[in-house]
Amino acid sequence: MSVRVQLEDFDVGAEIAALRRADPRVGAVASFIGLVRDVNDGDAISGMTLEHYPGMTEKSLAGIVAEAKQRWDILDALVVHRVGELKPLDQIVLVVVTGAHRGAAFAACEFIMDYLKTRAPFWKKEQTAQGARWVDARVSDDQAAERWDGQLSKSP
Amino acid sequence: MSIRILYFGRLREEMGIPGEMFELTQQARDVRGLRAQLAARGGTSAVAFAQGKAVRVSVNQDLARDDTPVREGDEIAFFPPVSGG
Repeated sequence: MSVRVQLEDFDVGAEIAALRRADPRVGAVASFIGLVRDVNDGDAISGMTLEHYPGMTEKSLAGIVAEAKQRWDILDALVVHRVGELKPLDQIVLVVVTGAHRGAAFAACEFIMDYLKTRAPFWKKEQTAQGARWVDARVSDDQAAERWDGQLSKSP
Repeated sequence: MSIRILYFGRLREEMGIPGEMFELTQQARDVRGLRAQLAARGGTSAVAFAQGKAVRVSVNQDLARDDTPVREGDEIAFFPPVSGG
């Protein structure tokens, strides 16, 4: 289990290979990659700045990953989140989960992203033609995270 | 008692500072009391901590609530709802 917050881009293939470590118990790898789009709420976006709370952000991500491991039978998980200046097409976030079977890997990967979106301290400020603006939290993200509230047992 | 306050995102811009040391009076023992004292300072602080504004809080890097206790030397952070990922 590991989490990283970094300025640098990441290599998805290398990250997956490092997480698998040629472990023959791994029968499934689920991954999610978040990317910077060139439009948001109807406005063209030329770039964004991602801010975090050093220390708490890593602690928060580690807690989310630990909770995923408690809820599902997975072998390992990785979260890499970038901060600083990003442009459209750039990679923002990577979540990788390994497990014996796909059900737990898919679910844990989605759970980690849903919790990251609503709990991990990151803030986006995007640049538009009208100037820079802070990105507000979305109600749909809260709803996505709440889906997991009742699911406390280890299910597939 | 003396505590350390940090501001992030929109709140850091509204306050105009990334953080500050703050002397909390004896009456205030939790986040609710701290918020009230910050709002009572007036100026940018009154605007940033006005009633009804969505301001999240952490105490020693754990998400906290209005009834979370605040103690000498604590690191308290205030920030808007998160928007990562």
